[in-house]
Amino acid sequence: MLVAVVVNRMAMALLTLAGMAVVVFVLLRVVPGDPIAMMISPGASAADIAALKAHYGLDAPLFTQFWIWIKGVVTGDFGTSITLHVYVTDVLASRLPATIELAILALTVAVLSGGAVAVTGTLVRRTAGEAVIDGLNSVMLAVPDFIWALALVLLFAVAMPVLPLTGRIDPALAEGFATRFYMIESLVTGRFAVAANILKHMALPTLALALPLAAVIARLLKQSLQEAMVQDYVLLARIKGFGELRLVLQEALRNAVGPTLALTGVQFTFLIGGTVIVERIFAYPGIGNLAIDAVINRDFPLIQGLVLLFGLIFILINIGVDLTVAMLNPKLRHG
Amino acid sequence: MRNVTRRQALAAGGGLLSTLLAPRRFASAAAAGTLNIAYNVNLPSFDPDAGPSSVNPTIQAIYRSVFDQYIGQKPNLAFEPGLLTGWGWNEDKTKVWMDVRQNVVWHDGTPFTPEDVVWTIQREGDPKGGNMVSFVWASIGNLKIDGHRITGDVLNYDPTIFKWMAFLAGYVLPKAYYEKVGPQGFEKAPIGTGPYMVDAYEGNAYLRLKANPKYWGGKPAFETVVFKFVPDATSRVAEIESGSSDVTLEVPYEEFDRLKGKAGLKGVCTPISDIGMIFITNGGVMDDKNVRLAMCHAVDKQAIIKRLLRGYGVAIDTLEAPEYEAYDPSIKVPYDPALAAKLLAASGYSKEKPVKFTIQTTRGYKPKDYEMIQAVVGMWRNVGIDAQIEVYEVAKHFELRMSHKLAPAAYYNWGNAIGDPTCSTGFAMFSKSPHSAWHSDDLDAKIGPVWAEKDEKKRIQGWKDVDRYIAEQGYVLPVLQYAQPIVYKSDLVVTPNVSGALQPASLVAKA
Repeated sequence: MLVAVVVNRMAMALLTLAGMAVVVFVLLRVVPGDPIAMMISPGASAADIAALKAHYGLDAPLFTQFWIWIKGVVTGDFGTSITLHVYVTDVLASRLPATIELAILALTVAVLSGGAVAVTGTLVRRTAGEAVIDGLNSVMLAVPDFIWALALVLLFAVAMPVLPLTGRIDPALAEGFATRFYMIESLVTGRFAVAANILKHMALPTLALALPLAAVIARLLKQSLQEAMVQDYVLLARIKGFGELRLVLQEALRNAVGPTLALTGVQFTFLIGGTVIVERIFAYPGIGNLAIDAVINRDFPLIQGLVLLFGLIFILINIGVDLTVAMLNPKLRHG
Repeated sequence: MRNVTRRQALAAGGGLLSTLLAPRRFASAAAAGTLNIAYNVNLPSFDPDAGPSSVNPTIQAIYRSVFDQYIGQKPNLAFEPGLLTGWGWNEDKTKVWMDVRQNVVWHDGTPFTPEDVVWTIQREGDPKGGNMVSFVWASIGNLKIDGHRITGDVLNYDPTIFKWMAFLAGYVLPKAYYEKVGPQGFEKAPIGTGPYMVDAYEGNAYLRLKANPKYWGGKPAFETVVFKFVPDATSRVAEIESGSSDVTLEVPYEEFDRLKGKAGLKGVCTPISDIGMIFITNGGVMDDKNVRLAMCHAVDKQAIIKRLLRGYGVAIDTLEAPEYEAYDPSIKVPYDPALAAKLLAASGYSKEKPVKFTIQTTRGYKPKDYEMIQAVVGMWRNVGIDAQIEVYEVAKHFELRMSHKLAPAAYYNWGNAIGDPTCSTGFAMFSKSPHSAWHSDDLDAKIGPVWAEKDEKKRIQGWKDVDRYIAEQGYVLPVLQYAQPIVYKSDLVVTPNVSGALQPASLVAKA
């Protein structure tokens, strides 16, 4: 059953990606901002401009350009970046690990902190403590990630300079990596000092990304927990003498976590989108930061590659979440 | 498989935690030998002679650290020997000669030779090679090597050819190495002859450079230089304020004033070769000379600089900044709102019946660009000009400018780090340049003859005359020369560069 679902979803994903490829390709050439106009020399003649267009393959009819590009994409060749002078696949492969590590850490922090807030809020329900938690949570929900980023910059990089502000690692330590997954590799190879340095660099962007998501998780999970806490099975457990914490963690949480998990998956895609601005503010070398430069410079091949990559990530996350929810829920698992 | 005991795991975890929470130490650059620069832009490519990056003025400081130019340039824009120790034309300017510096080595230890110079010029002059100013390099050819002297023919006389050798895309690259590794290989492991060697690079994060011990100009003061790419201005302010970086630049003027007063920090903010101007596109109401001149006389540039830019900037009346060769202080377009109103009245316009058009501007691309245009529009309104502001992106500006479709007025900036009038008034105003907005035969007739004038004194005077004519006709509205704010730790000495390129090897030193 699950296999059929996966095959079906993968087929839909391919169709979605094909549609995205068409849309992004056409949109880039329709919206204002010609990359050739940004690079022509002051003394360029019409012939020079034509030669430059030919150099970057922008002189052919739109359909021909698309056909050349999509043929390459199918074989894994996304073209060469206009501004970086390297293959788009190489650039994406070198930057994606940084964003993946950041996003996973932010998600982990968000889930743990949001979950902790939800459980605490449930434990102190109908007291003044619940109002305090709800108030703080509302503030967290209302503040977007880039505002958190600026606030964190002022707080932890200027007022109390305990954390590095920019980059992914101290440049003096960025040596000897076999992969681009710096954090994972340094932990696996036991280079804990390096891992700590990376963690320090990731702390502020992680918090900026995690706090809004944590607030969403906290609100939804708390609501689900409170609904679960009045169910018969919780009442039965209470009669058996279970303590409040055990009731929440052992009885209510298991049943309340389903909706939260589904929503967290959706919100995780927003978190990935948020990396664009947050990575920029913290000069973090991931695909988000790269995307801004690509758009500013109208680097068509790079933008096209990035959009497809973001699309693929979103699709994979959604499939992953759907499968996880299905596996956790017997009703869904068995159709 | 290695077994980890609980004790070992706890110890490792404790070590990680203690390292994580350890307070940061802000060693001074002078003592540590490492200079950290919070830089305002990312470095997209290591090829300084091809592609869009090669003509990006904001990354020249990095290129100048790794590579050498044919001809060097002092902070006041004066030229000095670089990899060429001498250069010039013959008497009738039909031939060129260049003397190549001896005893220079590339970063890989191989010797730098005249062949490298000839190969680089030929590569740059090839229209298919990706050089954005290939027309400049293609103006000389038939290059021959005789010892350490290169001679060649002038194929198309360009009086600025040697100045371009100190300008954008004017860097000498290693022939043998480049041919061996190819363009992509060069991007991964670039070498030059410059004062610093590339040690590590992570795009959008940092570039770490190591001092070149064999540099022909002497070993640089700092053993290591790290350019941190921090495009967000708030983050750059935090970098310098927290002590994480030793130098930063292009911070907001308000922050500059605040930071330079802080203990342990210093600041310098001086004019650079970058001007703000309002392009005027011919056609419609802009064909009315009275309207154009009224636009120019109605703008109080000093007030804009004082109130919006905190006094950092220089009002200009031509496209030549004071440091440029063809700057003529006698050309004045004074702020005179009464005259502006009178000129408009002569064309039937008044505050009650204003002339209407659109002005385009970027927002946040240059300091206070949008706010400046708001102020300009307010000043115009007082004399009978009703301009609607349209905000556009830089990319759109270039596309519109190339297709001659800018709005009647459009604000943008213009750099000219070699100070030659061809690169300011020339390319901005000559209709044959794809970057010009005003196209008219009368102006072309004035510019054409001076473009390739062989007598240098006559050429410069010719450009001054062109600038005077443009001012009299109101074909463009020059607004100001920008100033570049630099903040640095007080144990450093920073020499500002009029070109705006803050290359650490020659401009940053230990106090």
